[in-house]
Amino acid sequence: MADKILAVLEQRDGLLKRSAFETIGMAKKIADDLNLEAEAVVVGSEVSNIEEIGKYGINKVTHYKNANLTNYSSSAYKNAIIDYATEIDADYLLLSNTAMGKDLAPRLAIKLGAACVMDCVNIDASSGEIVCTRPVYAGKALVDVKCNSDKKVITIRPNVFKAKASDNSSPVNIQLKEGDSPDLKTRVVDFKKSEGKLDVAEADIIVSGGRGMKGPENFHLIEKLAESLDAAVGASRAVVDAGWRPHSEQVGQTGKTVSPTLYIACGISGAIQHLAGMSSSKYIVAINKDKDAPIFNVADYGITGDVFEVLSVLTEEINNVRKG
Amino acid sequence: MKIAVCVSHVPDTATKVKVGEDGKRINPDGVTYIINPYDEFAVEEALKTKELFGGDSTVKVYSVGSDKSKESIRKALAMGADEGVLLKDENQRDSIGIATALADEIKNDGCEIIFCGKQSVDYDNSITGQLVAEILDYSCISVVVRLKIDGTKVTAEREIEGGKEIVETELPVVIAAQKGLNEPRYASLKGIMASKKKTIEEKPAIESNIQTEVVKMHLPPPKQPGRIIGTDSSAVPELVKLLREEAKVF
Repeated sequence: MADKILAVLEQRDGLLKRSAFETIGMAKKIADDLNLEAEAVVVGSEVSNIEEIGKYGINKVTHYKNANLTNYSSSAYKNAIIDYATEIDADYLLLSNTAMGKDLAPRLAIKLGAACVMDCVNIDASSGEIVCTRPVYAGKALVDVKCNSDKKVITIRPNVFKAKASDNSSPVNIQLKEGDSPDLKTRVVDFKKSEGKLDVAEADIIVSGGRGMKGPENFHLIEKLAESLDAAVGASRAVVDAGWRPHSEQVGQTGKTVSPTLYIACGISGAIQHLAGMSSSKYIVAINKDKDAPIFNVADYGITGDVFEVLSVLTEEINNVRKG
Repeated sequence: MKIAVCVSHVPDTATKVKVGEDGKRINPDGVTYIINPYDEFAVEEALKTKELFGGDSTVKVYSVGSDKSKESIRKALAMGADEGVLLKDENQRDSIGIATALADEIKNDGCEIIFCGKQSVDYDNSITGQLVAEILDYSCISVVVRLKIDGTKVTAEREIEGGKEIVETELPVVIAAQKGLNEPRYASLKGIMASKKKTIEEKPAIESNIQTEVVKMHLPPPKQPGRIIGTDSSAVPELVKLLREEAKVF
């Protein structure tokens, strides 16, 4: 029997997240390269879009379903996944490097006696052996990692491996496991939604502000542009440390490392810690008065002008374009 | 209450990374090393927790690494921790190797609350706390921005995408600290003087299988500087055109 790779899917509020489909796509690719059988597991109560996984290349999923599993519980989710990984003797577990994935993967690795490789931006299995590439020093360097153990728990960076749905999906075989008393020793009892609509770690477009914004009262300009682009609001360390913006928005080393399709840096000079966290964005726009600012060394398009003036006009222009 | 705090000695975040001669790790020449920034939040929370429990509570600092790691242990002692131990290993260990050594030592000491940073800013794995907890069969809450311990009940806020989860659990526990949990105190002159009299025990880190191995370190391809398309808002239409037609982002 072929070795197995198990894609661990994340659901929130009863919906598989976009990162879950990325995980399926990658698991399928590794399975093809290494001649493995791929299947998936999800823990939760209702998961309304579970059938969709068929479009991304895996058509067998095991659903640990229990009303007590609606919210994340590291203890209960871990036990369910270990239970299934052990049952099928999975050699590879693949997760997304989300808050949940980062919390779970190391626990699974210890319980399974597996190697643990986090936050991969490339996985090469073409030589018959897995080599994972992952950023270190917030992206200032990359390392290629090999695993010495038979079992491997690997997480992939969200937003890097785009999930592509295919038209010809085969029917999905859903296996339900309804355990009765999950171990809820560690459990989420409540969730406080943050004010911003989108999180920088998950956004496809980020509009970020720095000290050049001169004060928290001017960030409405950033928020308006973000709104017109369905983008997340980001911030430099300087403005977070000054208390202008919450830490959850901080981009860079000691903040979040991001690789969106478009990153618009407004009034950000580009300290090395900030550049490390956003240089891998596909397209970078910089708006800054100082033409010598290091941010222009990584920007695809730059405007060396007054950030307030440029921001207002840019928001207006984009609104016009998108309406038209 | 016996409280543990784990610290890592890492290159300053201002470091410009160059690949070392072995092609597998950074060239340390000219690099300043500091206590991992997230570990400072862990140390501060450990000290607060000691004040909360009072009595004969102690805070002990643990680190795995070479002799140089003593600087970061000393920093935590200067902030107010009571004692430290360096688990020595000159060789590179992966996270599981580090966690195995930490867990073994902390278990022998019987600490029921363990603090660490949510990630170290060198290898960015974000897993050491969870690994230690799993090895010891402790509860663990990672990426914590608020913490309350009441008897054996632990309530924490943990940062996730789009908000904060409120998590409940019981002691014993590992807490992985995120920026925002507290405002780390500065080491006072008195604290620095006192830290020089505190002991840092040294012993070899226990053996651990190496499960992952770095075979190569490389730098990301340099980004080509782009175009300056203007000096004021008159450049905006050109920018929007480029974003639509060249970058195709909307």
